[in-house]
Parts: sequence; C-alpha cells; structure tokens
Amino acid sequence: MSEYILEMNHITKAFSGVKALDDVNLKVKKGEIHALCGENGAGKSTLMNVLSGVYPHGTYDGDIVYNGETCAFHNLKDSEGKGIVIIHQELALSPLLSVAENVFLGNEQLKMKGVINWTKTRQRATEMLAKVGLENEDVNVPVNSLGVGKQQLIEIAKAMAKKVELLILDEPTASLNDEESKNLLDIMLELKSQGITCIIISHKLNEIEYVADAITVIRDGKSIETMYKGVDDFTEDRIIKAMVGRELTNRYPLREGVTIGDTIFEVKNWNVYHPDDANRQMLKNINIKVKAGEVVGLAGLMGAGRTEFAMSVFGHSYGQKISGQVFMNGKEVKMPTVKDAIENKLAYVSEDRKGNGLVLIGDIKENMVLAARPKYFSKHGVINGAEEIVASQEYKEKINVKATSIEQVVGSLSGGNQQKVVLAKWMLTQPDVLILDEPTRGIDVGAKYEIYCVINELAKAGKAVIVISSEMPEIIGTCDRVYVINEGQIAGELNKEEVTQERIMQCIMSHNRKGEK
Amino acid sequence: MEKKKNNLDMKQYGMFLALVAIYLIFAVLTGGKNLSPANVNNLVMQNGYVVILAVGMLLCVLTGNIDLGVGSVVAVCGSAAGIILVDYKMNMWVAILAALLIGLLTGIFAGFFIAYLNIPPFVVTLATMLMGRGLTYTMLQAQTKGPLPNDFVFIGAGFLPTMKVHVGSGTLDLVSIIVAIIVSVLLIFSELKSIATKKKYGFALTPVWQLVIKDCVFLFIIWFFFIKLAQWNGLPFVLLIMAVLVGIYAFITSNTVAGRQIYALGGNRKAAQLSGINTNKVFFWVYVNMGVLSALAGIVLAARNASATPKAGDGFEMDAIASCYIGGAAVAGGAGTILGAVVGAFVMGILNNGMSLYGWSTDIQKIVKGAVLLGAVTVDVLSKRKKG
Repeated sequence: MSEYILEMNHITKAFSGVKALDDVNLKVKKGEIHALCGENGAGKSTLMNVLSGVYPHGTYDGDIVYNGETCAFHNLKDSEGKGIVIIHQELALSPLLSVAENVFLGNEQLKMKGVINWTKTRQRATEMLAKVGLENEDVNVPVNSLGVGKQQLIEIAKAMAKKVELLILDEPTASLNDEESKNLLDIMLELKSQGITCIIISHKLNEIEYVADAITVIRDGKSIETMYKGVDDFTEDRIIKAMVGRELTNRYPLREGVTIGDTIFEVKNWNVYHPDDANRQMLKNINIKVKAGEVVGLAGLMGAGRTEFAMSVFGHSYGQKISGQVFMNGKEVKMPTVKDAIENKLAYVSEDRKGNGLVLIGDIKENMVLAARPKYFSKHGVINGAEEIVASQEYKEKINVKATSIEQVVGSLSGGNQQKVVLAKWMLTQPDVLILDEPTRGIDVGAKYEIYCVINELAKAGKAVIVISSEMPEIIGTCDRVYVINEGQIAGELNKEEVTQERIMQCIMSHNRKGEK
Repeated sequence: MEKKKNNLDMKQYGMFLALVAIYLIFAVLTGGKNLSPANVNNLVMQNGYVVILAVGMLLCVLTGNIDLGVGSVVAVCGSAAGIILVDYKMNMWVAILAALLIGLLTGIFAGFFIAYLNIPPFVVTLATMLMGRGLTYTMLQAQTKGPLPNDFVFIGAGFLPTMKVHVGSGTLDLVSIIVAIIVSVLLIFSELKSIATKKKYGFALTPVWQLVIKDCVFLFIIWFFFIKLAQWNGLPFVLLIMAVLVGIYAFITSNTVAGRQIYALGGNRKAAQLSGINTNKVFFWVYVNMGVLSALAGIVLAARNASATPKAGDGFEMDAIASCYIGGAAVAGGAGTILGAVVGAFVMGILNNGMSLYGWSTDIQKIVKGAVLLGAVTVDVLSKRKKG
C-alpha cells in the first residue's frame, strides 16, 4: 500500500467550456496536514468539491485514489461514508438547535429507525466536544449562543462524530481572531497526532507555515508545485511567489506624497449599550481623533467592540442609549440615521460584504450607486441613468474590478472584486471619512494589494481612513497610528514607529489585568 | 475596442411568447372564437382589475412578501362606493374619493403593523383579508347593492370617444388606429434611443436582425390588438387606466430612487439599511400603495358589474400574486418587472377566457391555473439553476 491516503490524478473539470481545473494533481500522505494555497478563483474549492462528490463522478476527468482504491463518489454521502468530511467556509450549523443536536445533524443517534435517542446524543456530543478542546461546554444551549470560534470547533466535532479519516477545512480561520485561530490550529495538530489527515485551505500564510507538513500551490486551475516541510523553503515570500507567479516584493504598498492635515474626525466620550440589554455597556468612553490624510487602525481581538463602535457612530446602526459627541471638520454633527451619516460625509464599509454590503442578485452598477444615488445621481427622485453608468464605469476601471461589464451580477464575482465594488459604492458617496471594517477578509494576496493601494489613494486625496482589522500585520503595514481596543475601551494608542504585534498584545494584556483588579 | 455581442435573452421574452402561444392554442381549440373583436374587448375589460392589482402586488413581491388582503379590500371599497351611490344617492366623485380613502386607510393600517411593529406581512394581510371580508358582509348585510348609476359604470364598462368609419361590412374606429400608430412610433423611437445609448457607452449591442424580429413581433401584436378593438367599440376606458398605471409604475420601478430602493431592500435588507435606505418607510409605502390600488380595482370591478356584491374580489389576491410569479418575479424578492407582472396577469386572463369559451367549468379552470403557475415558476427556477 502506498504512503498516500489520497491521490487525485490529472483532474480536469470544465464549466460550460471554461476549464476551472486543468490537469491538477494532489497527493496527500497519511497523517499529514496538507495545505492548499492559491489566489481566489484558482480552483481550490472546485478541487475539494470534486473530491467530496459535490461534483459527481463523471462530470470531471481524471481519477481519485483513496486508501488505495479508485473512488467514484456521486454525492457527499458517498465520500462521508469513506471518512472524507469537508467543512466549508460558511458554517453548516442550524443556529437555533442545540450544540448536541448540531453535532449529530444528519448523523443522528437513534433508538430505533427514525426515533432520536437524546441521552446518547448528549452523552456522545460531550465526548466529541472534548476531542476539540471544548470539554466544559454545555451541549444543551443553542449553537448561536456561542462565538464563531467555538462554532467552528463544533463543526470539527461534528466531523469527528462521522469517524473522519480525511478532514478538509476550507478557510477555517477566516472569521476568527488570532487567539481563536491559534486554538483551532492547535486542535488540528492534536487531530494529526490522533492519526487524522487534514487538508487545509487558507489565505493566512503564517498559519500554513505553522501547521502544514506539505503545501500544494494551485494557480489558474493548475497545480504548480508541492513543497514539503524540511525539504523546501517554507517562507511566506516563497509561497506567495508560487501563488501569484511573480515576486511580491512589498505586500504593503508605500504611501507617498501624503500631507497630513488637521483633525477632521473626532469622537468624544462615546458610550453604547447592547441593543438587547440596556444594562450591558458595550463601549465605554471611547475617544478617537483622525486627521485628514491619515490612516488610523483599530486593533483588537474579535469581540473587542471595534465593529460595534464603527456601526454605532455610523447612523446609530448598532446599540442603544448611545451618548457622546462626533465632530466632523471641527463641527459637532448628529447622525441618528445612516442617511445623516452619509450626508455628513461619513462612510462605513461593513466587515460582512455579502450579508451587509451587497445586493448579490443586483449588478455592479446598481450596487455601486446605491448609497450615493439620492444625492448625486438623481433629481427630484428621478434617476439620472446615464450619469450612473458613467460613474460606475469610471470606478470599475479606477479600482480595477475584474468583470465583463458593469451589468455583471455581483454574486458571480470573486470575493476580492466584490470587496472592490463595496469600496466603490462608498467612494461614490464622496466621503471625508471612511471606516473600513476588515477590508481584506477572505480575499487573495493580489486583491489585498490592490485594496491597500486604494487606501493610499484615499489618504492622498485628503480623506481620513479608519481601518479595522483582525490581522495585525495588516494594521501594522497600512496604518499611521493605531488605537488598541479591548472590551469596549481604548486600551492604548501606538504610533507608526512603536507599533508591533507584541506591543498590541501587550496593550490588550495589561488592559485585561487592569480590568481584573 | 473589441466588438461584443449581446444576444437577446430569450428568457426575458419567454413568458411573452408563452402568452402568444396560449392565445393561439385556444384560438385553435375554440375555432377562433377568442380572436373575435368582442372577445378581445372582453379580455381587456375582464382583466383590468387583475392588472391593477398585479402592479401593486409586484412591489410587495419585490420586498420578498405578499399581500393577502387585496381581494377583501377590493370588496370593502367597492361596497362603500355602492352604498354611497345607491343608499345616499351622492355624487359619483364622492363615492370614488371615499373608496380611495378607505383603500388608503387599510394600506396605512397594514403598513403600520408591518413596517413599524415588524409583524410579518403574511400575518398582517391574512388579518386584513379576514377583517375586510367580514366588514363587507356587514356593510352590505350580505345583499348585493345595485344597480349603480351610468356615469359610474362608465369607469368599468365605458369607451373612449370614437370616430367610426365604414370599412367593408363593419366599422373601424379611427381613434384606436391613431393610438396604434402613436404606440408603434414610440416603440421604434425607444428602440433607436436605446441603441444610441448603448453605442455611446460602448455597451454590447444586440444584433440588428434580432431586434428587427423582436420589434416586428411586438408591432404585429399591437396592431392585431388595436384593430380588433377598432372593429368593436373603440378603446375601453379601463385600457386607459391600465396604460397610465403601467406607464407610471414601470417608470417608478426602473427610474426613481424610491423604486430602486424597493429592489435593494428585497435583494438584501441589511445592506439596504446600511446604504442609508429607511427600509421601514419603504415597507410602509409599498403597503399603502397596495391599499390605494386595491381601492381602484374595487371601483373598476363594481363599475363593470354595475353593482357591489359581498363576494366581490374573492380570490383576487391569488390571481395578483400568481401574475407576479408567472411574470418572472423572484419569490425571495429583489427581482421582477412591472411588465412581467402585466404579462403574467394576461396569461391568467387568457387562460380563464379561453377555458370559459371552450366550455370548461371554473373548477377545472382552477386546476389548470394552478398547474400553469407551478410550471412557470418551476421553469424559471430550473433555468436559473442551470446558469449558476
């Protein structure tokens, strides 16, 4: 028997004539963590869908050899029957059902045919949770009462319950903060020691460096190369080079020719309470200032209150009992609705582009002009269609949205291009201050670079830019100054010269200690 | 610049072709009975209120919801007009205004619960459906109110002024012909304008031969339709109401900020909110609008029947909802057109009419209509899936 648990040979998969995968080869050794890298749209997810039977046998060319036998999966059940479980980027949990029920969703513990054995379900769910480091969780609470990080682990517990041999994780840490990500990666290493083979798809190269034993790089539907730990050079730069096919000398473009002006955006004594619980204070006395042409970062762990802060300022879109003052260009402004915020030249690009940012069934033009329309593209409520077309064409080219035309439906674009559309939408409102919440979440290295370039252009144009990001290198690479937020309060302020990952973590830790006293 | 070709999307015109096909099938089945001038005129008059309701319903459907109460509101408004005209013998305009006002109030009532108290539209309109029907029976004491005066009946059964000339064995109304000419010129003009716009912005052009075929088909339908009307009694007043409404609402939904906000809301409510759209306000006005249009449909229906009956408008909500879905509106909201809803309404109308002429009972008609609705939406959903 060969050392490989999985061999995918010469896989070619075409969609209406366009080859999404072209002669891809992937060989995974038993018991290793194998990373799959590539830019968005390179074909990683398609390859995993071929493997798991989402694209049934016969719709692709090439063959899959698993545990020494050639397999022909027709659906997910077939592949799961062999111990191959895929965990998608979007969580497949039913939010209102209990943790225990979710762990055995589709794999129920039965008394007799069709009748659920609840005692066994709870008992075994507790066992499964222990395997992923959640031994102290109550399995009876609804799954949506837990954080995203824990939900991701419950997905893994669910896979464990299916007697998984080969676990595929598609961007498992995309919505996790550094601490949660680290935890998840450690769980992966733990699973490896139990003999489970993992394939991980991730954009976070530092994580891959941390867990992977081998890396296969896919570019434009072709497998470029496979690197092995200890044999090949595993640095980020090396991986990026293989992914993009060229060397990215600087991941954060240099910002030049920016003159930092006066303070144009200031928030004073900002207090916000939880929208469902009037006694729970989410933000306490936040004070921040941003100058024209300055890029300011809000760093912190997930749940620290950064998004809540941005949304509460932006037309009171979050929370209740909001108090505090906002100054734009030195004048105090009140923004109780989003419309007021837009009129006062504030823009907020949401962290959740699909859920909060885009109308996915709408085309690029409709999405781009949506927020700016009342003010810039209409007169007495009647739309000026020609101007909308001109403006969206201009922005499509300006920030390089890759699409056939502005009439293309946004749902069919890649993540990076969707993010560009959301950015364009807010640039079109001609704001003075932009808050970008996780502007590069889940998008590939090339698109990230382009978005950083857009941030630089905005700064050059004298805008004040606030970047919220859970990726610390991004905050450090793009910002002139950083506020560290922890538990709804400012835990520290660091300028360009002093900001490092360690300093940010120090701020958080020392703030936590202060809280405990 | 490379030349891009943009072939006509047959799906967009698919329902239109289905409409023509259904009409032709019944022409064969009924031995041409449904082609007669009298019947073409009937088609317009019988479907006037469904078209009016479908236009309003499309806005509800765009938000991803429906309004179940419209049939009952039609009845309430019609009976109010009937009572004012028959029992109080008041002026026709008083009756019309009162009916529209009642429609407005029911719209505000439903809109308030839906938009500001966040009660699901299905529940709110199920309530207005029951309440409205009960109210109608109470107001009319379960009796039919009639006959209604002639000036009122004109709204539902009257014709625009005619200029008849003798042609062959019958007469032909010149007014209808003139309107047909105007419509044809407008159609060709708008096509040329759209080509010019596409050229100006470098958009993909549709091959000319396809446009020519499309426009010839449209022109043929327009002329067929108007000549039949001209041979009968000229243009029904209801046609004018329909044309004006369809024109206004097509403009609102495609060219106004308010109209596009409905699409944005239906496509993604959260994204719409965070783009500065007051989604509560949009919901409120969509349902207020539905109330007013229901009142208008109630007036037209009462006028055509020359009486107000407690059973009036029974099941109209289902016809209106079906029209929208048959016309390609997305059940989840965010996609659909006014013209599609109108075509959908006529598909239902032509089916009803054809089956009646062919001698099928209303029971059988319901089975066929249900099957057509299911079939149309299934084809729509499946064809979208293939694309993805």
